[in-house]
Amino acid sequence: MLGKTAGGLFWMARYLERAENTTRLLETGQRMALTRANDSDEEWGSVLQTAGALQGYTARHGEVTKDHAIDWLLRDPANGSSVRASIKQARDNARLVRTALTYEVWSAVNSAWMRIDAALAHKVGERDLPAVLELVREHSTLVRGATINSMLRNDIYDFLRLGNFIERADNMGRILDVKYYVLLPTAFSVGSSLDNVQWEVILRSVGAGGGYRMTHGQRTTPRQIAEFLILDERMPRSLSFCCRSIVENLGYLTKDYGQEPPSAGLATALYERFQGQSIDAIFERGLHEYIEEFLSDLGQLGRQIEVDYRFYE
Amino acid sequence: MQLRIRHVTRYDFDAPVPFGLQQLRKTPKSFRNQKVLEWTTEVTGGRKELAFEDCHRNTVELVSFEPNTDHVELVSSGIVEIADTSGIVGPHEGAVPLWLFDRETDRTAAGAGVKALLRDLPEGETLDRLHALSHLIHEAVTYETGASDPDWTAEDALKAGRGVCQDHAHVFISAARALGCPARYVSGYLMMNDREVQEATHAWAETHVDGIGWVGFDVSNGISPDARYVRVATGLDYGEAAPIIGSRTGTAGEDLSVRLEVSQQ
Amino acid sequence: MTEFFDEMTAPDGTLRAPYREIGRWFGEEDVARLRAKQREAEEVFRLSGITFNVYGKAEAEERLIPFDIIPRIISHREWQKLSRGIEQRVQAINAFLYDIYHRQEIIRAGRVPAEMIARNEAFLPQMLGVAPPGDIYTHIVGIDLVRTGPDEFYVLEDNARTPSGVSYMLENRETMLKMFPELFSATKVQAVSDYPRNLHRSLAASAPAMTEGDPTVAVLTPGIYNSAYYEHSFLADQMGVELVEGHDLRVTGGRVCMRTTQGYKPIDVLYRRVDDEFLDPLNFNPDSALGVPGIFDVYRAGGITIANAPGTGIADDKAIYSYLPDIVEFYSGEKAILQNVPTWRCADPDSLAYVLDNLTELVVKEVHGSGGYGMLIGPAASKREIAAFRAKLKARPGNYIAQPTLALSTVPIFTRSGLAPRHVDLRPFVLVSPEGVKITPGGLSRVALKKGSLVVNSSQGGGTKDTWVLED
Repeated sequence: MLGKTAGGLFWMARYLERAENTTRLLETGQRMALTRANDSDEEWGSVLQTAGALQGYTARHGEVTKDHAIDWLLRDPANGSSVRASIKQARDNARLVRTALTYEVWSAVNSAWMRIDAALAHKVGERDLPAVLELVREHSTLVRGATINSMLRNDIYDFLRLGNFIERADNMGRILDVKYYVLLPTAFSVGSSLDNVQWEVILRSVGAGGGYRMTHGQRTTPRQIAEFLILDERMPRSLSFCCRSIVENLGYLTKDYGQEPPSAGLATALYERFQGQSIDAIFERGLHEYIEEFLSDLGQLGRQIEVDYRFYE
Repeated sequence: MQLRIRHVTRYDFDAPVPFGLQQLRKTPKSFRNQKVLEWTTEVTGGRKELAFEDCHRNTVELVSFEPNTDHVELVSSGIVEIADTSGIVGPHEGAVPLWLFDRETDRTAAGAGVKALLRDLPEGETLDRLHALSHLIHEAVTYETGASDPDWTAEDALKAGRGVCQDHAHVFISAARALGCPARYVSGYLMMNDREVQEATHAWAETHVDGIGWVGFDVSNGISPDARYVRVATGLDYGEAAPIIGSRTGTAGEDLSVRLEVSQQ
Repeated sequence: MTEFFDEMTAPDGTLRAPYREIGRWFGEEDVARLRAKQREAEEVFRLSGITFNVYGKAEAEERLIPFDIIPRIISHREWQKLSRGIEQRVQAINAFLYDIYHRQEIIRAGRVPAEMIARNEAFLPQMLGVAPPGDIYTHIVGIDLVRTGPDEFYVLEDNARTPSGVSYMLENRETMLKMFPELFSATKVQAVSDYPRNLHRSLAASAPAMTEGDPTVAVLTPGIYNSAYYEHSFLADQMGVELVEGHDLRVTGGRVCMRTTQGYKPIDVLYRRVDDEFLDPLNFNPDSALGVPGIFDVYRAGGITIANAPGTGIADDKAIYSYLPDIVEFYSGEKAILQNVPTWRCADPDSLAYVLDNLTELVVKEVHGSGGYGMLIGPAASKREIAAFRAKLKARPGNYIAQPTLALSTVPIFTRSGLAPRHVDLRPFVLVSPEGVKITPGGLSRVALKKGSLVVNSSQGGGTKDTWVLED
């Protein structure tokens, strides 16, 4: 396989995952805003922050308003990580690696781009937002289904999975990074409505509300949320789960190519930090430092994969 | 006459060069009055990828740089035996049809400068006119080391009124073609009698004269090549006969140093 | 009013033999169902990404080439004659290319003037003395044909550099098979689907002598913004080979190698869809970012086959076109089976004078133009357009040729008001390798969608049709 193709697959999967993550954040924002009595625009600041988009947004619009925040995350041309931009990038990468994809996957990505791009060609009003977000979710599911059902389990699949899980781990890591303080025991004041909102933002924005309740019932404590999102391997967005997948797919590539690249070692080291680790020990060491270090190592792993598999010259 | 030649070209880069290629036309060929007794080109900081003979029958070698090299050094050396034929090279040979040498190139396009030059050219036999042309150019374009840019055209040199052997050759080629004579560029070596270390590689022109064949004209020295001239490569202009054409990635600056020794064996 | 030959309906209103079955079928069809099918077909094309990019727009826009569901049908007998003519012509083109880049006997014999080559931008002196494997310069050829009567076919132009459109030929057939399977059980149509396999085989057979084992073939594309990118990826996909761009390749170990996840791997045969000028910044245009520095050196040293060979443009140049009957005769010793359209070379003063006097009746084309850009169709042009072209002709006569406006045949297309005749051309695709010449039965039929229009190019709003060659 061409190095460029491996890179295209990796980035196609990353952008698809990114579009999906942003969509989930938008859903969270709208849900929050609708269920609060007080000034609803405040929740959007939190959502933008969670998306890592607050800085870019503020530079452009200054004050956070609902309309601008939604437009920023969905389709503002100045935001390179908007849903619209991510889907376009995913589709451009798919076009680049067309020969590596099955017809099913290609047409699913292409039709996702056609429909979503058309839906986002104009400003989306609050009323139409749920339908648009549903459209993104639907198409993203179609792409995943087509991938699982039609692609061979070979190096092509491995690069798609690597991109998928590196983006997901990065997304989860960033959410934890900007929200770590609400999970700290010191910030924990029982019954504070503010913290409850923040916890809900976190859980919803990673699509973990239902899973969490299934595992932990109605008892919500920051310690349990942190444990669930970092260490619980039943949770398909937890850092540990993502890293396990990365290790697995790099393992398949190693076996396939008959050579263990440096990135495989980095991934194993990254995954091992979750093994036998307790959430208390993480809090002991400092949640913030822990996440920062994780993100930095993850970034390094991503760059090493690019080098090992010759994505670029 | 036997000439011993040693030509060192060294590029030092101020930053590592990720990837680079050089196309070399540095190997003289044996033909009628020129016999190559020994010749090698050694490369450090790079390696030879391949060699072939181009349409002008020049030996071309392709050299790739060692990844992230900070220098490339090319050492060509050998012994060549030359007979003096008063500049006559011989009849036209090879795959390139003679009419191709009527073709204008960007560097040799005839403009106002060349036309003005031709107005001063006396009538007469072709060969005499070509010699006269050589002298006219010698006067119109003063030889001055480092005066010109390698990208200069014939017209650029005429406008500036100064240049080096490459410019002289280009003006001559341009004017000869305008007169209806096929012409080509020659790059090679010249042994200047008074010194062993030469300033630079040399260049001159050849035109095809009916009944005689290809004849050389060295405008810079006002003569036709003799036994001190080693022909290395030919082409429609400098671009096709240049000793080294390169392409590389990265943004490193380069420092070029050349040492050329030509001496009688 | 000129009478046009209609390929479906004879002047007396009866259906010509090849169209009888389709005529019967159409008569029994529900028009609403067909309309739905037509929309369905377009949806399939859009989903598959079978689009082309339009040049001259600020942002490259992807467009569909309109597809018409009524097939264009050629009888077995008609095709036999055409394919004999095509084979003869393609062989002659390769012989001409060999000769031009070697001893130039045809110039010595006075059949083609030297200045036609000397002053031609498509002539590549660097190719002089180069003999590719099997002496084949153009491996993939598209011959544009037009029809003016039951037995009258003319070659409109030869495409010996990088003919495009073959993916439409294949996709059009796939679409028809999916939508109207019943038609194919009623009529026996010759298959086109083995084209990608034949292409691969043909390329592999042209590998350089030094190739060890199975040759590695790759397709070189300028990238995803190229107008024919879809076709490049389609062909690479169908052949099961890598689709590479210039920056995926580099010269190493004396070969052209592609950067794979496991290191650099040599390529034996490169089906390139990048023009000569941009192929190699070291040897040709130094500003090209699409090419591979040093690839031409590797080619000269016998380390790779480039298909089509650099410099093949000299054979499909529109000025050389007018010499093709002579060229065919010179190398084959036979009369050309396929006719040329009479052509005035405007470089010739007498011809220029004639052309200037008759601009309203002629088609004027740029010698190096393609895609229907920069041409004048006299009968359809406004006074202002004609005046503008007159000035261009006078300024650079050598840049133009002129031809009579041909009475292009018509075929029916499916419109809002049922079947309606539209002008059409045909581009059959030909593969040449040391193993021989292979012509896919059929080709790409391009059809003008506007009533009366003679321009069929997709870049000018033309559409395509599935093209059937019937079994005997």
